[in-house]
Amino acid sequence: MSDPAIELRSCSYTYDGLVPALRDVSCSIEAGSWVALIGENGSGKSTLGKLCNGLLRPQHGRVRIMGENIQDRSVGEVARQVGYLFQNPDHQIFASAVRDEITFDLRKLGLPRSEVERRVEEVLAQFDLTAYADRPPAVLGYGLRRQVTLASVLARRPSILILDEPTTGLDWETSHALLDHVCRQHGSGSTVLVITHDMRLVAERTTRVLMLHRGTLVADGPTRELLAQPEVLASASISPLPVTRLSQELRPWGMKGQSLTIDEFYREYMALLAERLADGLSGRAGHAPSGPVSDGGSLD
Amino acid sequence: MAPFITIDNLYYAYPPLNPTGERPAVLNGVSLSVTEGECLALLGRTGAGKSTLCLTLNGIIPQLMGGTFRGQVRVAGLNTQDVAPGELSQMVGLLFQDPESQLFSMTVEDEVAFGPESLALPPGEIDLRITQALELAGVEGLRSRSPLNLSGGEKQRVALAAVLAMRPKVLVLDEPTASLDPAGKRSLLEAANRLQAERGTAVVWVTQDLDQLPLLADRVAVLHDGRIALQGGVRDILTRTEDLRRMGLGLPQMTELAACFNAARDTRHAWLTVEEAARALQEELNV
Repeated sequence: MSDPAIELRSCSYTYDGLVPALRDVSCSIEAGSWVALIGENGSGKSTLGKLCNGLLRPQHGRVRIMGENIQDRSVGEVARQVGYLFQNPDHQIFASAVRDEITFDLRKLGLPRSEVERRVEEVLAQFDLTAYADRPPAVLGYGLRRQVTLASVLARRPSILILDEPTTGLDWETSHALLDHVCRQHGSGSTVLVITHDMRLVAERTTRVLMLHRGTLVADGPTRELLAQPEVLASASISPLPVTRLSQELRPWGMKGQSLTIDEFYREYMALLAERLADGLSGRAGHAPSGPVSDGGSLD
Repeated sequence: MAPFITIDNLYYAYPPLNPTGERPAVLNGVSLSVTEGECLALLGRTGAGKSTLCLTLNGIIPQLMGGTFRGQVRVAGLNTQDVAPGELSQMVGLLFQDPESQLFSMTVEDEVAFGPESLALPPGEIDLRITQALELAGVEGLRSRSPLNLSGGEKQRVALAAVLAMRPKVLVLDEPTASLDPAGKRSLLEAANRLQAERGTAVVWVTQDLDQLPLLADRVAVLHDGRIALQGGVRDILTRTEDLRRMGLGLPQMTELAACFNAARDTRHAWLTVEEAARALQEELNV
């Protein structure tokens, strides 16, 4: 089997020697997967993200990226493989024009000038940023600054992408456009780790969830299973999505209680309704057409 | 009830970046009103001008920011162009998305005391206000802590307490829950709700979080292309799914599900909550 994209072994990190942010965290993230990292404010999510790109070094334990220990590699070296989108776009914007912002990161990769220029124009077009190429990023609106930072991270074609709260403060359309770019990069083989409170993002895009609570990894499992467990989510003060809760309310009637999206819910519900109508018409035994099925618990 | 905030045909453009330049209008004909004790949710795309509109309520725009300002904003009968922002800040409390932009003291107590002290109130009154504000915001246990070592949710509630100590008549929440975890969001919104109910505070709440909107808002207004494109009751506006989508906005998940049923099955569901959807679907499955 190939090496995991990210592997943490017994990692601990303490800020200023005082506040333990991560305690003995071990996990391994398969190459090509899209994984969500969730948990309360202050649970250690961003700290874990920064261990993976070498910005922070664990005081105990080790971090391997694509099978290699990064302890002795510089942040710049790790950044060739790991693209990091900071929570606040203003923490990574510094050039005086959008084009320069994207070019700067690519030059550091040591690519030939012609290749740099080609990639810059390509990514500007992909992100609909061509019209803003010569404008200072600082005067653009928040949504556009967010796009610029993602564009400059993706232009490097990192094999691992870490996104820290990418959709915070964005409207639906901007947030979808942003995630579609991430989706394309994921489609071309990149591993994505997204840190977020946005449970719809988790449900719609990821296949596995890691959950931190006070610096400890308390849950790790398939998105569908984890998001359908209110008691596990509650330990990190997270509620299941409305559509999952609705599906659980209808369990006594035969819904599985694990719907993650509107489409999924609708398809399962219509199939169930058709089945119940057919059973009702044929008077088949075993299903009670006028009430919940017997093994599903109470109505309340 | 008479409106407490009245915005009338408001036009605003930020000052140009260079002397010969010109910047397009952010607000172009906004008219809106909010009554005492009411919570108005303000929706709009990223960059629609929601924060700009918030800053007109306490006079920061245009008095400190400059720019081109036409029309009128009145709060409690006062024209926000005529009254000094310092005076307006006693009436209009603003809470921003990033609490760190408004925390600067060594302890939570000092942070919350700053506003009342600047009003030169007697010490007993200042102490009372601090205690009440910390309690309302649910952070009385943090009084002697440093704001810097708190979690994001705690910082945001300390910033709220500092705003509340001024006893504002209007509370403007500019996406304060955006980076909070669900528990932090809930406690902040509960504090705002309490103020609204107990003190008749008018709340203007800017948010993208539509699943939470029915918990606090009485009315919704949508800012689009510089104007208020839609306004009305929560259910009336949130069920206008096509209009909201056209304006680039999301929908609460249950409203989206209702729209999906309505489109495919010619029903007329208008669910906002899981409970409403569950009742309707349980009834159908029982047939």
